[in-house]
Amino acid sequence: MGCATMEVLVEFYPLLLKGAIVTVQLTVVSAVIALVISFAVGLARLSRYRIVRILSVIYLEFFRGTSALVQMFFMFYVLPLLGLTLAPFVAGFLACGMNLGSYGSEVVRGAIKSVGKPQREAALSLNYTTFQLYRYVLIPQAVPMMIPPFGNLLIELMKLTAVASLITIPDLTFSAQIVRAQTGLTLEPFLLILVVYFLIASVLVGAVDLLAWRIRTIRKMNFRTGN
Amino acid sequence: MDWSWIVVADVMPRLLAGLLVTVQATFAGAAAAYVLGLLLAILRRSPSRLVSLTTYWLSEFVRRTPLLVQLYFLFYVLPDLGVYLSPFFAGVIGLGVHFSTYTAEVFRAGIENVPKGQWEAARSLNYSPTQTWINVILPQSIPPMIPPLANYLVTMFKETPLLAAITVVELFNAANIYSNSTYKYLEPMTLVGLLFLIVTIPTVWATMYLERRYSRR
Repeated sequence: MGCATMEVLVEFYPLLLKGAIVTVQLTVVSAVIALVISFAVGLARLSRYRIVRILSVIYLEFFRGTSALVQMFFMFYVLPLLGLTLAPFVAGFLACGMNLGSYGSEVVRGAIKSVGKPQREAALSLNYTTFQLYRYVLIPQAVPMMIPPFGNLLIELMKLTAVASLITIPDLTFSAQIVRAQTGLTLEPFLLILVVYFLIASVLVGAVDLLAWRIRTIRKMNFRTGN
Repeated sequence: MDWSWIVVADVMPRLLAGLLVTVQATFAGAAAAYVLGLLLAILRRSPSRLVSLTTYWLSEFVRRTPLLVQLYFLFYVLPDLGVYLSPFFAGVIGLGVHFSTYTAEVFRAGIENVPKGQWEAARSLNYSPTQTWINVILPQSIPPMIPPLANYLVTMFKETPLLAAITVVELFNAANIYSNSTYKYLEPMTLVGLLFLIVTIPTVWATMYLERRYSRR
């Protein structure tokens, strides 16, 4: 990279920084939505009511079976025609969150189903209600198992936010496109944002690993003290 | 806004032509992802730490960055470096490279799940490395790989709309071009979603069947 390109990058530094912040915001907000949906749909799959189970399967197959980009364009271009206008940001984080939520619901369902049957029987013999069974027995034991697959999904989610640039959200990818359009540079902006995405993802990977490690040590301590 | 069957009839041939491109890109990309993924898995097992660590971090870099940006990179940067690829070919390479980092994990797990005793038995029978791989390791490691590899085929199919961003006229882009020139968004986008579901739902069921068939032996 020559002197001129360095100057360009210095000039566009605020734009790229803003883009990176938007990417992080999109990731965080859609991660919260995805987490809520994961639990809601994942638990609904285990409901005793047939209709609830069917509705959750429809949600799952719809959002897992179509492309995230198509979902985003549908929310951004088609819903306004049906009378529901969403701001680009709202369409962006709803599409990202609802899409990843469908994958997350499978994680929740799988983890809860993998808690041993004796645990359910013990709760039954203690006359626990279904709420108590989930709240005090199944979910606390299932959550540590969910952390590693949720970590992988978080990276997928972060990468998915790049797609939101296609519905005019000024994220990192969008700002790189602006730099390309205004300067004609290609290698520098795209290589730079690839590195930034890699750094953001690596921080997320590190945070999830730390969380998994913390949960393991806390459980070990509880086991030793007999709590 | 009301649903118009005239628009449906008008746009359907274009969508089906786009679907064909989508399917072609998926299979070409998957072939690339399988071959490259196997190569990455073998490099990861290299006794040289330099080779295995370089492979690991290169794969992590590709895996932790968005496919869309990688496609832009191939599409905009390579011509400036003197490499000209058609948009379709750039898209296939992008899909292949991105998902090779995922399939590599499938290959690696499949190979590592063969018990150590099998390697030792092959050695004690004086098998050559080629014989060991062909007669002992691969026949045991391939069947459990089939369901996850099929799953990645479905995932890649759903990622192909990103190729629209680098001007490939696949299913999604065919609808988008039509919508932008006629201002009809409802029917084309809905049909794209339906066509995706029509392809993916049976394929997902098929992979679930493969899982039952091959994961327990």
